[in-house]
Amino acid sequence: MNAALYRKRRFFNKIGLTLSMGAMVLGLAVLLWILAILFYKGFAALDLNLFTQDTPAPGTEGGGLRNAIVGSLMMLSLTVVVATPIGILAGVYLAEYGDASRTAGLTRFVTDVMLSAPSIVLGLFVYAIAVATVGNFSGFAGSLALSLIAIPVVVRTTENMLRLVPGSQREAAFALGAPRWKVSVMVTLRAARSGVITGVLLAIARISGETAPLLFTALNNQFFSSDMSKPMANLPVVIFQFAMSPYDNWIRLAWAGALLITLSVLVLNIVARVFLRDRT
Amino acid sequence: MTSPLQIQESVSSERQLIARRQRTQDAMFHRVTQALSLLVLAALLGIIVSLLITAAPTFKKFGFEFLFSSEWDVVNEKFGALIAVVGTVLSAGIAMLIAVPLAFGIALFLTETCPVWLRRPLGTAIELLAAVPSIIYGMFGLFVFAPLFADFFQVPVQKVLGGLPAIGWLFGGATNGLGILAAGVILAFMVLPFVAAVMRDVFEIVPAILRESAYGLGCTTWEVVRKVVLPYAQTGVIGGIMLGLGRALGETMAVTFVIGNASRIPTSLFSPGSSIASTLANEFGEAADLHMSSLFALGFLLVVITLVVLSLAKLLINRAEKNKGTSS
Repeated sequence: MNAALYRKRRFFNKIGLTLSMGAMVLGLAVLLWILAILFYKGFAALDLNLFTQDTPAPGTEGGGLRNAIVGSLMMLSLTVVVATPIGILAGVYLAEYGDASRTAGLTRFVTDVMLSAPSIVLGLFVYAIAVATVGNFSGFAGSLALSLIAIPVVVRTTENMLRLVPGSQREAAFALGAPRWKVSVMVTLRAARSGVITGVLLAIARISGETAPLLFTALNNQFFSSDMSKPMANLPVVIFQFAMSPYDNWIRLAWAGALLITLSVLVLNIVARVFLRDRT
Repeated sequence: MTSPLQIQESVSSERQLIARRQRTQDAMFHRVTQALSLLVLAALLGIIVSLLITAAPTFKKFGFEFLFSSEWDVVNEKFGALIAVVGTVLSAGIAMLIAVPLAFGIALFLTETCPVWLRRPLGTAIELLAAVPSIIYGMFGLFVFAPLFADFFQVPVQKVLGGLPAIGWLFGGATNGLGILAAGVILAFMVLPFVAAVMRDVFEIVPAILRESAYGLGCTTWEVVRKVVLPYAQTGVIGGIMLGLGRALGETMAVTFVIGNASRIPTSLFSPGSSIASTLANEFGEAADLHMSSLFALGFLLVVITLVVLSLAKLLINRAEKNKGTSS
């Protein structure tokens, strides 16, 4: 009887572990499958025109994604400029002053929730405050929506990285008579520098593929424009619009854009990881 | 030894000045960083308030009926949230049914069976899956997955199960690869890495001594995970599932491409529907007046639903992580 029980237990063990390995293989297969399709369809559409010509009119041949690429880069840069200092300073507060106060605890909790909050709703919010009031869609509104997504990412990584800095470093600086803000800015932030940069990189990776909030804020622009107070072309919305269209040329360009975005997001992620591993 | 009094006397007025300046600088630094951190709180409040204000005409006109009406008629200005809510909950529910067992398998593999040198690269690969933008999942779903899903799943399944009396209706409808089930499957792969990552982290929190004791009693790996690790990590696991659910409910792009975008209550797993987010993405461009305010009302519902789910998730995960230090 014992042998039968033993066999049964071993049997269940084997089934369980095989299924778990199957899940792992399936997960990896999906990643590879998506990447393979992207490379296959994206590289077929990749040429120099992509970077030198603007998005074509419906039903026409040729064209590129220049206006969308430039628009995306401009909005991303503005977002980084806005979100980095805000995120880092807020992270400093949570790490250095945030232990005792209840508001800080609440802020931390809300930041965590905002990390996974639906981005389309942030788009609605920015539409209500920065598009409906001004009267037109704009690149600035797009950047504002992206900042709202990026800030929580920067806040949380900054806080976590600052918490890894040993207390003795802070104490040493305090013992030398340094005021608190100098300790924060010149000692702990500097010690956690690589981690903080990782957070910023991850935030950029996170927002560069965001589509939903841009639909309601930056909208799109068929022509080249560097005026951020006007509607602005950007890669995600162009991809969305082109992929849902019936035109082959547009769909081809959508794949090329998808490849560009995915490559940059994956490279950013990998760089961030390598960066963190080398320094800590 | 000098007494404190003597020290105080020896401090020149210049030094006092420096000390005072530093104190104001410190106070300012404190206030500025505090204000910036409160910005996130303010943003959340702003979101809720602004959505509510813009949605007010809809709520005023339809009242509670808005929640339960399955009419979404742009021409006659009759709006109800039921279609979108049902589509959202169904697609997210299907996604969780698929994603949770898979995530459990991946977490189990990464923490128990995987050779140590492979853990890091495989873990990174799963995390990269989480980094792929959702619009890519959408395109993949529409152009690659949907045709295959139609030919190799929907058609054969409908042939075999479609005629059965009690469950046949589940598999009725057009087999074009788009619909609630397809959206659920794509969503499942999108949230899988998030759930798997949380599960792996809480599995790793389980004290080694518990695992080792179980192995010492002669348990198999499966029994250790099933009867020791899983009960211990229960709160965290549920938290991870809720986190994934929160993401699945609010996801826009991955769903919009494959759900079929039809304004009716889905009648089978294969029939097209629409979720809150996909309705917003599709109709926002042409909306005005009451239609626009109804879209904002949908957005408000989405915020409320996801905030509740995500807050619960975070509470559970926090509680699981707090246990880390106490029991050994």
